[in-house]
Amino acid sequence: MRIPPAMAAPFDFLPLFVIQRAVGLVFAQVMARHPALLDRLGDHGAKRYGFLPTDLPLSFVVEPSIPMISVLRRSVPVTTDAAIEGPLYLLLALLEGKYDADALFFSRDLSVTGDMEAMLALRNALDDCDIDLPLDLGAMAGPFGPLVTRAVGYVREQALLEEAPAWN
Amino acid sequence: MELICPAGTPSAFHEAVNAGADAVYCGFRDETNARNFPGLNFSRDELAQSIAYARSKEVMTFVAINTFMRAGKEALWYGAVDDAVRLGADALILADFGLMAYTAERHPQARLHVSVQASASNADAVNFLVEAFGAKRVVLPRILTIPDIAKLAKKISCEIEVFVFGGLCVMAEGRCSLSSYVTGKSPNMNGVCSPASHVHYRQDGKDLVSELGDFTINRFPAGEAAGYPTLCKGRFDVGDSSGYAFEDPASLDVMAHIDALREAGVSALKIEGRQRGKAYVAEVVSTLRKTLAAGPLERPALMSRLHLLSEGQRTTSGAYEKRWR
Amino acid sequence: MPDSSKPEPSSSAPTLSLGPVPYLWDGPKWRDFYFRIADEAPVSHVTLGEIVCSKRLHFTEPFAADVIERLEAAGKRVHLASLAMVTLERESRHVRAMAADSLWPVEAGDLSALHVLNGRPHTIGPLVNVYNAATARLLSSRGAFSICLPPELPMASVAEIIKGAPDTDFEIFAFGRMPLAISARCAHARSKGLTKDNCQFICANDPDGLPVHTLARQPFLALNGVQTVSFTCQALIGELDELSAIGVRRIRLSPQDCDMVAVAQAHQDVLSGQIDGEEGLARLRTIYPGVPLSNGFFHDEAGAAFVARTRNAASGLAS
Repeated sequence: MRIPPAMAAPFDFLPLFVIQRAVGLVFAQVMARHPALLDRLGDHGAKRYGFLPTDLPLSFVVEPSIPMISVLRRSVPVTTDAAIEGPLYLLLALLEGKYDADALFFSRDLSVTGDMEAMLALRNALDDCDIDLPLDLGAMAGPFGPLVTRAVGYVREQALLEEAPAWN
Repeated sequence: MELICPAGTPSAFHEAVNAGADAVYCGFRDETNARNFPGLNFSRDELAQSIAYARSKEVMTFVAINTFMRAGKEALWYGAVDDAVRLGADALILADFGLMAYTAERHPQARLHVSVQASASNADAVNFLVEAFGAKRVVLPRILTIPDIAKLAKKISCEIEVFVFGGLCVMAEGRCSLSSYVTGKSPNMNGVCSPASHVHYRQDGKDLVSELGDFTINRFPAGEAAGYPTLCKGRFDVGDSSGYAFEDPASLDVMAHIDALREAGVSALKIEGRQRGKAYVAEVVSTLRKTLAAGPLERPALMSRLHLLSEGQRTTSGAYEKRWR
Repeated sequence: MPDSSKPEPSSSAPTLSLGPVPYLWDGPKWRDFYFRIADEAPVSHVTLGEIVCSKRLHFTEPFAADVIERLEAAGKRVHLASLAMVTLERESRHVRAMAADSLWPVEAGDLSALHVLNGRPHTIGPLVNVYNAATARLLSSRGAFSICLPPELPMASVAEIIKGAPDTDFEIFAFGRMPLAISARCAHARSKGLTKDNCQFICANDPDGLPVHTLARQPFLALNGVQTVSFTCQALIGELDELSAIGVRRIRLSPQDCDMVAVAQAHQDVLSGQIDGEEGLARLRTIYPGVPLSNGFFHDEAGAAFVARTRNAASGLAS
């Protein structure tokens, strides 16, 4: 499933700094609550990871070792070591480890480019963390909480219903 | 029969314990175990905490130290055995004879399980390991039929563990250098097969091409699900035929045969998948636990939902059925 | 060798040994091959016997006595190789009988042979996993006097193992398509729409292996019944001085469907200093044309790679 355009549209009009702030807060909290994530990533922690949701007009670049997340308009080209592109619900499933990310990782709906080892390390490291994005986002996104929670919660629900082939 | 469950991370370990494992197997975060993938596996502290959690739920912990010691670097493997014993592992899963000899000598009280990587495929082989190292259990290679296993069980004096669900090696485990032929990294020496560091995906027109090192492993037309370029599961040309030369992308499922396995004398059923996520582990372990408790007529319905989680969404009985050969 | 930085050869240079024919050759071809080896090849040891598939045993067994007699008459040391994969009771019986009755040292191909050969002088084949000196010492203590190490091992490991197990002779797989994997399933039969149990011995049609190409038409592997071998041919003829310097006692040549007498002669000429490694490689490319040479495993790289030594040699498959 993809985010319906009606739901994705508001992101076109939200000022980037607002999205950056909300996403940055959640990211900072996640990194603070899961110190093992960096340890598990090892050398791959210093790499730049791109998350490119095809159904949102935004790109996210994560640098775990800083730690930093940058939000860009989709039209702006990004430089990363490894990038994963696909519908947001698949990207969220990868982040949260809510279900077998192997299946997501190599299904045709996602395209993974760049350093495959770094991406595999990230997905394994994330799988060990109990990240719950809708919950964290809902609590932290301030006045935009309902919008974010509604979009993200809906797509996750869909994600949990879907499966894709595994890789090994 | 015991249910032996995989864990690549402490989170997956918890899921396996909670979902009904009798034992969880895992490894250290280095080349000493055969799932040495980036971001996976356990530090000493994580293993200590996981063992404590398992103990609190009366679940056992097996530590896989099942690669072959690199000459000159044996201390890494000896240290892994020493630490696993010190931290309270209920069994060590070993493949290397030199490491088995060390373990039998230094830790005679430790329970030694023979890894599938040792490729003990017959009674004489198992008896060698029992007599030389005091092995208590052997994990059989996935090259035997169920009648083969039944005959074997009558001639050996240790327990038998078999893989029942998950990824399927087409080749005899522990005897495959395909990965190092292509990448220089092998299951036996480095604990990796078809490592991600050598994987490339390339778009060629409408096709997605997967490559490992310098070799094309598969080509997926638009609309077909792509797979990871595991060497033995690629599409190749042999003579006039083109296709999956060794094995179609499918994973192992022999849960339909658990009564036959029990009658054959099998003590433990093993789930493959330390590289899979915690959600996979939770789902597979709980389903297999229910299936083991159910009658034969209820089992197919319970198992059917797991097929979605399987490679290519297809399963095979592999070598457990003779016609696979 | 022209390069003076290379290590000095050890006092006693290694000798050549011929490994078992891995492919299914018909009986007379197999017999004539060994007769010629006996008469012409400068090899000190010959290990023979079916290692890949027990279904093939009857093809060569009727000729074995004549072959062994001819080899011994020519002064060759004969060893008998046991099966690489033993799953059936019939196969177990075969290995036990070999261990009990053989007049010649048996080369262990799997763990069952290690069990039944315990306490008798025997050798270890390249398909038994010896990756370190601790394992070599253990096998030595049970009666193994010679070990052919797995082709996958890099030179550093080979040197460490030899250093750590001084009482054992070590042999290195130096020529031939490398054994890479073995399966319960016969991919060779499968490629012709057959199964292992009803294979019609189609692997006999490919006496040098059946090539496997990638979808990009790149040569990749070769099928030999239940065994998968490399498409490339292992060639350590350019590394013989190093092998000698680290104490390797024997250089194993694994039969391909080419002039193996000439292959042996090329190696012998390098060992004796008559030609250098480069010229040895050039000879191998003439004797066994169309198959790229590789030595990557020995140099801790991908096994399919060819690492050029002195001059700009041609590259292997994967470089």
